[in-house]
Amino acid sequence: MPPVPTLKTKHMLGIIASIIDGVLVGLVYGLSAMGLTLIWGVMDVINLTHGTMIVGGMFALYFLANGLGVPPYLALPPVLIGGFLAGVLLYWVAVHRMVGRPPLMSLLSTFAVNLVLIGIGTGVWGTALFNVAVSLPGVSIGRYTFPGAHILAAVLAAVIAAALYLFLHSTRLGKAVRAVANNREAAELVGIPTTRVLAVSVGCGVALAGLSGVLIGTLFPFTVLSGDGYQLKGFVVTVLGGFGNPVGALLGGVALGLLEGAVTPFVPVSWTLVIEFALFVLVLIAFPAGIFASRRGAL
Amino acid sequence: MTAILELDHVSKRFGGLQAVNDLTFAMHEGEILGLIGPNGAGKSTLFNLLNGVFAPDSGRIVFGGIDITGQAPYLVARHGLARTHQIVQPLTNMTVLENCTVGACFGRDNLPLARAHDVAREAAAIAGLDDRLEMLALHLTIAGKKRLELARALAAQPKLLLLDEVLAGLNPTEIEHMIGVIRRIRERGVSILIIEHLMQAIMNLSDRIVVLVSGEKLAEGLPAEVAQNSAVIEAYLGDPKLAAELEGSAQHVS
Amino acid sequence: MLRRPFFWIIALVIAAFVAAPAIGDDVDLRESLALATVYITLASNLNLMLGYAGYINFGSIVFFGLGGYICVWLVDAHGWSLAPSLFAAGIGVSALAFIFGLGILRLRGPFFALSTIGVVEGVQAFVQNFGPWGGSSGIYISPEVFQPLGGAARALWVIYFALVATMGLSLYLSYAIKISKFGLGLLAIGQNEDAAAILGVPTPRYKAWAYSASAFLPAITGGLYFFKSAFIQPSDAFDLSLSTEALVVAMLGGQGTVTGVALGAYLYEELRGYLLTSEMFSHFQLVIAGVLLLVIVLFFPGGLMGFIYSRFPRTQKVLE
Repeated sequence: MPPVPTLKTKHMLGIIASIIDGVLVGLVYGLSAMGLTLIWGVMDVINLTHGTMIVGGMFALYFLANGLGVPPYLALPPVLIGGFLAGVLLYWVAVHRMVGRPPLMSLLSTFAVNLVLIGIGTGVWGTALFNVAVSLPGVSIGRYTFPGAHILAAVLAAVIAAALYLFLHSTRLGKAVRAVANNREAAELVGIPTTRVLAVSVGCGVALAGLSGVLIGTLFPFTVLSGDGYQLKGFVVTVLGGFGNPVGALLGGVALGLLEGAVTPFVPVSWTLVIEFALFVLVLIAFPAGIFASRRGAL
Repeated sequence: MTAILELDHVSKRFGGLQAVNDLTFAMHEGEILGLIGPNGAGKSTLFNLLNGVFAPDSGRIVFGGIDITGQAPYLVARHGLARTHQIVQPLTNMTVLENCTVGACFGRDNLPLARAHDVAREAAAIAGLDDRLEMLALHLTIAGKKRLELARALAAQPKLLLLDEVLAGLNPTEIEHMIGVIRRIRERGVSILIIEHLMQAIMNLSDRIVVLVSGEKLAEGLPAEVAQNSAVIEAYLGDPKLAAELEGSAQHVS
Repeated sequence: MLRRPFFWIIALVIAAFVAAPAIGDDVDLRESLALATVYITLASNLNLMLGYAGYINFGSIVFFGLGGYICVWLVDAHGWSLAPSLFAAGIGVSALAFIFGLGILRLRGPFFALSTIGVVEGVQAFVQNFGPWGGSSGIYISPEVFQPLGGAARALWVIYFALVATMGLSLYLSYAIKISKFGLGLLAIGQNEDAAAILGVPTPRYKAWAYSASAFLPAITGGLYFFKSAFIQPSDAFDLSLSTEALVVAMLGGQGTVTGVALGAYLYEELRGYLLTSEMFSHFQLVIAGVLLLVIVLFFPGGLMGFIYSRFPRTQKVLE
């Protein structure tokens, strides 16, 4: 859980500062949701290992940075590769047979894999708290300091998101992904190797989760079980931003960050998740297709 | 004759498409009313409006004297309106008997389970499924599934039955059988609104025809009149095969 | 129903649960079977949503926990005796479930499932901050409450029989619903909700009733369980892993079947008991559950009963 921001005052300026910080963090939330919404949009599969994959990224950061002394942000490339491979493996284990079946079945299969991963994780590391100390010079405006780590994380999140957008729109493989998302049968008829594309999509989705884990790891301490909270935020963001819509996810993340920034000065931390979740349910009841509902396959 | 169904200036739009536009017509009790028109004319949308899947943007739908405009599907079913689907929707892992029993239980009379079983058996027999009562719906052939759609709708003991392309995908023998079934259903006093592309069949079956083009009513009347209506023929001229059938059936009927 | 053999099969099971530890006054067996009854009760009631209506409820533990809290609080803070407290817990949680259900049941399949995950978080957060219920420290009951039941030792037997009775009621409830018109409607919803609605099944009401019904007996079980422990706190009351295990068990045994769920619950509980005593596996209980669930979902979606029915089709006439 993100700690209460450094500014404890309920002053109006303080709230604005909190909101700005929220936007920064929100960009990272948006990135973390992109993996979820990508997989959801491409194959109508809800990846319940998403949170755990984020934690995977966090642990990778910890072992690389604290264990091997690698500069924290250089953990990104290996996590990109490792996450991609993990995603492809996940596809073959839990998703492949579920494509085309009702989404409830993929919920259960990814849920099962998640149980296994969490079980192993808690068995080995318990609920110990891990922290990667990243201190960068912050930006100070008046009384308020915006931590350098927050700013860099936000910038990197935006860069990665842009890279994803370029991938989806300017590369052949990316276009194949969008084609499969739009209409899998038609894509097959045109000769696109759908199974490979689906595996790549899950690979990307998990890689994104891992990358966002690295970035979040530079901001807040974590345990094996931290993934739940971020996964939940991921759902909220997906619903706000539209399923399968990465740009929407980024915007949704910012919106969520904004909301958090506005709310956290007033409300005890344990309630933040509850409020976000209530938001998730309410939004879905009102807008069954999400708020920025572009048509499915609007990648 | 009393009107079992009245549509009063009903309209429905989906985004940029005006699916149904200011539609008004009435259906008499006990008649078979045929609904024809080119693909995309709004026929299935009309069915969805009638049984509550969508609510119309404007206009009224009155069924048996009750205003059912925009009511939820299960309420409409309770009033005595049943329908079949163009793309069949069986309850796949339930048997034929169970499928029909659902129709009987939750249809017009809201029957208790025991009585519903009897009604279900009857309906299945009318549709010719009594030899397959214990078969799972997913094991039926396409023709079987179509019969199941019909049997299930019939089991609800409706006053008005909406049939959506119930003959599509059947071979000539099956078509003949189905037409016989439909006639028998009408003899039991059920009013039938039928969408069909098989011109000969629908022209022969129907007492009256309504022609729908681009969501609007183009013509209404006896089959013979409609078949000779120049506007109707022109609407179908884009599809020469259908136009020929139209002419052929016009000669057949008159 | 009395004429059907399955009715008597359930009765036999209940009798076995009652007799086995009673003959010989075997306290260890009693405790092990008590846990089994909890699993069977939770899984059977979960089945009403999962196997019948086709809605996955990840957060069924909420009923168990809330029921526990209401019962314990009434006994401790208001001096109520056990029976009315249990009843109040059952009614209270079902009523809450009904009202809440009307809201979240508007969400379709996967979204409903996701929101049930959040319900647990929400309720747990609420209870943790709720003073009258002891907040995060929970509530302790003083041992005096066991006196009206004949003292602590005897009370444990009484509670055990009550747990068995609740389990029995759950099995009968599952069965009764399955052969009723209500059950038929739920099964239709589970097959194809849109088609069911068009056929006249009043889907919003039916789903809400099923959700509410699935809350009643787990709430009472929760009340009994935590009364027995004489202590309740949020992390125990809303333990997501128990919820998960109920789900695994229902899938393992065969969702939608009464026998399968009970059988699956019993087998799983025995397996779990064995694993917990084994040094190596105690941390990996969830892993086993996960692997089991994955295998079932991938290869045996019909669960144990699905397998048995396909090998021995005639059993389907007798078992449910």
